[in-house]
Amino acid sequence: MKTYWRSIEELADPNELRREEARQEAKQKSLLLRGDERLTASSRRDFLKTLGFSLAAASIVASCRKPVEKAIPYLVKPEEITPGMANYYASTYFDGTDYGSILVKVRDGRPIKIEGNSLSPVSQQGTSARIQASVLNLYDEARFKGPLLNNNPVTWETADREISAYLDGGKGKSGKTVLLTSTIISPSTRQIIRDFISGTPKTEWIQYDASPASGMLSANKLCFGQWAIPDYRFDKARVVVSFAADFLGTWLSPVEYTKRYSAARQLRDGQKEMLRHYQIEAGMSLTGANADVRFPVKPSEEAGLVLALYNEVAKAKGARTYSGVSSSVDISGIAVDLLENKGKSVVISGSNDENIQVVVNAINQLLGNYGETLDWNTALLTRQGLDPDMERLLDDLKSGQVSALLVWDVNPVFNHPKGAEFAEAIEKLGLSVSFSERKDETSVVCKYVLPEPNYLESWNDFEPKSGIYSLAQPTIAPIFDSRPAQESLLKWMGKEQKYHEYIQKTWAEKYYPRQSVFADFRLFWNDSLQKGVFELVSPVEVQYNAEPLSLAAAKLEPVKPGVELVFYESVAMGNGKYANNPWLQELPDPVAKISWDNFAAVPVEYAAANGLKNEDVINLNGLELPVFVQPGQAKDTVSVALGYGRRVAGKVGEGIGTDLYPMLPVKNGIRSNYLENVTIEKVPGTVYELAISQTHHSMEGRPIVRETTLDEYVKNPEAGNEMRNEVLANSVTLYEKPSFNGHHWGMAVDLNSCTGCGNCAISCQAENNIQVIGKEQVRNRRIMHWIRIDRYFSESPDNPQVSFQPVMCQHCDNAPCENVCPVAATPHSEEGLNQMAYNRCVGTKYCINNCPYRVRRFNWFQYVNNNRFDYNSNSELGRMVLNPDVTVRSRGVVEKCSMCVQRIQEKKLAAKLEGRPLAEGEIQTACQQSCPGNAIVFGDLNDPESRISKLFQYKRNYHLLEELHTLPSVGYLTKVRNQA
Amino acid sequence: MYKTEIRGKLIDGDKSMDQISREILAPIDAKTPKWWYAAITVSLILFGWGIYSIYITLTQGIGTWGVNNTVGWGWAIINFVWWIGIGHAGTAFSIFLLILRQKWRTAINRAAEAMTVVAVGCAALFPLLHMGRPWLFFFIFPYPNTRGPLWVNFNSPLFWDFVAISAYLLISASFWYFGMVPDFATIRDTTKSKIKKAVYGFFAFGWTGSTKEWLRYEGLAFVLGGIAAVLVVSVHSIVSTDFAVSVEPGWHTTIFPPYFVVGAIFSGFAMVLTLVVLMRKLYRMENFITDSHVDAVCRILIFISLIMGTAYITEIFIAWYSGSPYEMFTFFHNRITGEYALQFWGMFIFNALVPQLFWFKTVRKRLWVVFIISLLINWGMWFERFNIVVTSLSKNYLPANWAEYHPTFIEIGMFVGTLGMFAFGVLLFFRYIPMIAISEIKMVSKFDKPQVVPHKEKSHE
Repeated sequence: MKTYWRSIEELADPNELRREEARQEAKQKSLLLRGDERLTASSRRDFLKTLGFSLAAASIVASCRKPVEKAIPYLVKPEEITPGMANYYASTYFDGTDYGSILVKVRDGRPIKIEGNSLSPVSQQGTSARIQASVLNLYDEARFKGPLLNNNPVTWETADREISAYLDGGKGKSGKTVLLTSTIISPSTRQIIRDFISGTPKTEWIQYDASPASGMLSANKLCFGQWAIPDYRFDKARVVVSFAADFLGTWLSPVEYTKRYSAARQLRDGQKEMLRHYQIEAGMSLTGANADVRFPVKPSEEAGLVLALYNEVAKAKGARTYSGVSSSVDISGIAVDLLENKGKSVVISGSNDENIQVVVNAINQLLGNYGETLDWNTALLTRQGLDPDMERLLDDLKSGQVSALLVWDVNPVFNHPKGAEFAEAIEKLGLSVSFSERKDETSVVCKYVLPEPNYLESWNDFEPKSGIYSLAQPTIAPIFDSRPAQESLLKWMGKEQKYHEYIQKTWAEKYYPRQSVFADFRLFWNDSLQKGVFELVSPVEVQYNAEPLSLAAAKLEPVKPGVELVFYESVAMGNGKYANNPWLQELPDPVAKISWDNFAAVPVEYAAANGLKNEDVINLNGLELPVFVQPGQAKDTVSVALGYGRRVAGKVGEGIGTDLYPMLPVKNGIRSNYLENVTIEKVPGTVYELAISQTHHSMEGRPIVRETTLDEYVKNPEAGNEMRNEVLANSVTLYEKPSFNGHHWGMAVDLNSCTGCGNCAISCQAENNIQVIGKEQVRNRRIMHWIRIDRYFSESPDNPQVSFQPVMCQHCDNAPCENVCPVAATPHSEEGLNQMAYNRCVGTKYCINNCPYRVRRFNWFQYVNNNRFDYNSNSELGRMVLNPDVTVRSRGVVEKCSMCVQRIQEKKLAAKLEGRPLAEGEIQTACQQSCPGNAIVFGDLNDPESRISKLFQYKRNYHLLEELHTLPSVGYLTKVRNQA
Repeated sequence: MYKTEIRGKLIDGDKSMDQISREILAPIDAKTPKWWYAAITVSLILFGWGIYSIYITLTQGIGTWGVNNTVGWGWAIINFVWWIGIGHAGTAFSIFLLILRQKWRTAINRAAEAMTVVAVGCAALFPLLHMGRPWLFFFIFPYPNTRGPLWVNFNSPLFWDFVAISAYLLISASFWYFGMVPDFATIRDTTKSKIKKAVYGFFAFGWTGSTKEWLRYEGLAFVLGGIAAVLVVSVHSIVSTDFAVSVEPGWHTTIFPPYFVVGAIFSGFAMVLTLVVLMRKLYRMENFITDSHVDAVCRILIFISLIMGTAYITEIFIAWYSGSPYEMFTFFHNRITGEYALQFWGMFIFNALVPQLFWFKTVRKRLWVVFIISLLINWGMWFERFNIVVTSLSKNYLPANWAEYHPTFIEIGMFVGTLGMFAFGVLLFFRYIPMIAISEIKMVSKFDKPQVVPHKEKSHE
């Protein structure tokens, strides 16, 4: 090897040179490190020391401790309570308006969920959003904590002494005593009231309906001699014609009607026929949105249309026709359809005008519907109030003829059109007592407040329809110092008796002898209590009286010019009784998708012509209201919901929306639900923010809700769903098809049965501890509902067709959300469920973005125990409603529908303990259990015999966005409209 | 070895080695100029807004932002991608130009690398703070644990993202820092202030300038450079997979990785241009950062701008060609037209059309025009990220979910805060770190006429 050298020295001794170099370097370094130069230098060691120190310091500073929470076991175990196991008690919900037979789920002594009672012939396992939300009313801080006298606590003894002395004609009492109640359908209570009236001097009983059916009751009295409403058997009907009766949403008994209506529209078992539904109305109601044919008309046009329909039917039947009011809208097609379905049709009207109701009765009579689709044997009794009674009461109050008023379960100061006059008159009374459970506008003007317990804390019995009875039983000891109003009345009559015993006595005397199943009353009582319902229907003879018709036809009022303001009750809020319930406030209106407000729905055409858009403000006869441009709103009409604008309700409900009750017109003592000749003015430059949770209304031609008509469907069951074959044919994947060995959970939603009522959303909210976020956050599009109902409009904006589609997590077997989560917080279960591990989630929101269905919800804030979200979860009392089986999610995590995994686990475990396979239909998700439309089916896709497996084989079945190959476990059945 | 005779002069002014050191180090020893105090005050105010926003975000939650259940990512992710893009310039400069043997980079690469480190730092804030529970960010790290063990989801682009960004931050910061060690030693040896001596001495790592140290130094630079070269391409490719791996219309495209990398380099170069023009003006560095430097960066920008334009048009074409109604809606009804058209056209004009002005020499010569165009490109690139993030999310598959997105005061504060943080970092860099790599520039400062003793020069090479 050739030797290279740099210097002579190197050539001489190469190693020595290297050593010399090292020495030089060391010397240089030591120079640097010496003396005052020391400051200027640092070594790698110093660097590492600094680094290590900072790291250690940071980790010590950052370490923190988790709070310790203690669980205290029972010392003495209460009877019936097994920790972790729920008990169900049959009970009844009746709020003076809506009736529902229910099961109350009680966990660890707390009622936490309402389910529908499948044994009830009325509600048939269905509930409404309001019934579902009623469990939260129990844990409301606005409830009275004890009896009050002039807003100061008082003892029951003092109150009883003073009141009974006064009622018995004590000093200063010159006038009569009036007991003002809601409609009372409790046979025992009615008996107590009757005794009270006869036992107390100068006493009168008035029933007041906040959502009255006064016109209907008096028409039925005239035509049939019945103070009741016939049972509408939509399930037996082929044609339904509704004049502005929102029977699927708010009219009389919506849960029952929805059950029957959707039964008559079911196409799941090979049916070739279904009910055809005509709706004639001004605003787009939930019912109108489900109609096959809808006529948007002004409310004053209704009289002419009803008479025209009568005349068409009468002409065909050879009966007498009447001239009088007429209408320009042609509905002769409806008459033809009705005549083809004689005895199989229902004609109803939501009007409070007695004359219209008389003509409607005549149409049904001509069509032979009584005895077929309209049944007097099981007449509805949930409306008893007559509007003129209230006018009379007000006059009496003002003239001083009344000196004592006992108000029970009604709030006329708020929801009577002359509420202010009532308030003034009540304040002047010698004695006014409110039995209200919670504070309201009427209780604040009453002298005494003797709170009654919540319905979940009390005993009661009910007769919602003649011959159909049900019971209510307490599911929790009264939380506050309350006493049933019945016991108060008994006490003032001088009887010391528990209401519970009174009911038992009534049943022992009235119903027990009339049944033949049980030989012992205790057995009969226990059975009735366990089932919650008892039937004792006896046939009624009813004669039709045609006489009032001619007078009624002559009295019908003609169409008025000008804009009409239509008042309606919203599906969530109703007459505003539970305005303090945050679940109901946050439930979006089914059609407008607006929560936390009422608004003026204006027609699209009018809005375009006057430059109005959503959230503008208009002035209606001096009242300013935010605008919502409502497709399908009839020309020259504006609709506004009642029940908002509560002044005294509690922290949630006060000041939400605008009170429209003072604007309700009262004509001849009868409340009318529209106001004529309204002036509209735009309030320039004002914007009122609305919490709209769906802002785009068109499907943009995408195959989201697939629909067809009945004719097409009969020809080809696949109609409207042709795309599915194409998708299946083109479906290609590189990966193995996911397989599930045990169960594979799936869900089907029948779009033909779903009415969009929103019961599922609240049921899910109660079951899964879903938090309320308030108006501002809903407006920010952050609503937490795990199941939402998408609503689309199609065709013309003046009279659109509406589609509803409940969307929850689709539990895709090829889920886009799962593979993008960096921390694997959302894995797929072995049973095909897409799961959320809340404590693993760090909140990157990638899954939210990658979910094509947008069903994932994010906890943008701490919604529990946060003063900024002062709803039910901000107090110990409100949090008692939480379901202990479901984690309460913290700030910063994603949540979504779990297909009620806690219910699946519960039933699986029960089956395992009993050593048997899970039965089909044993597991019911919260949304499915109480669905009034029976639209949701849940089950095991691996079981070829299950209902869900069969539904998935239907030609109507498709998956949402199936072209993306997400392989959802949720299927939808096409919507079929009964149109020519 | 750089031959000035062949390649032309890279620095003007016929400076001696000593002069180079003195002039570059002058701002460090000189009295701090008044404008610097003014600028740092402004940047601190902006930074303060950001700190306030971060405080609110941490204490109250990301609900204080405008994002919602439809648009889950908003300004935070836009800014993240934007800053990461800007953070590409330094490494791209050092590495790509090194590979392409563009010696002129030596005058600019220190500034570019400094900018990279600050920008990546700004960027890293956003993914951390946009988490719902940022205090659990370590869940994203695959650490051994007793929970199963529970590992991260290796399929998730966000995990790749985390790995890529941390690696990039680490490598680019080390690359920048180790490059500065000899210069710190120079300051340590020349400064008269004791504090400076101590501080720079600490950071100089006991550098003596021995041959062996130079060898190690070069070796380290070589290794880090090699790793960084791969990272430059990979980081933004991976950032792009955050979008490309999803099913969202407008995101689910294969063009994204190259499109993002090029876009990143584009925005990075534009930001370098912005800074360098300022630096040259403020510190009168015309001799080091010559007209030809600016000219070269402008020419590169023309080229990248053409690629960007092509990418935009390709995306639109493919959206149409795919036949997917969702893709078509996103591109034709929610980008080119619709409520976000302003952002789309802002992006297209600023990125694809405006830089074409650099074809004209008159434009390239006018520094104020160059400066404005460089700002427009940065703005355009921000619009590009807005386009990608917001338009796809706001109107995707089910129209019932369509929602708008508006940033809140807090979100804007976060962005402005990072702008302040960036300015603050850059100002500190101007003030305390040699803006130009002294040791490197000396290597390319060969002179035409031998003014200094030739053999001394040789020993340096």
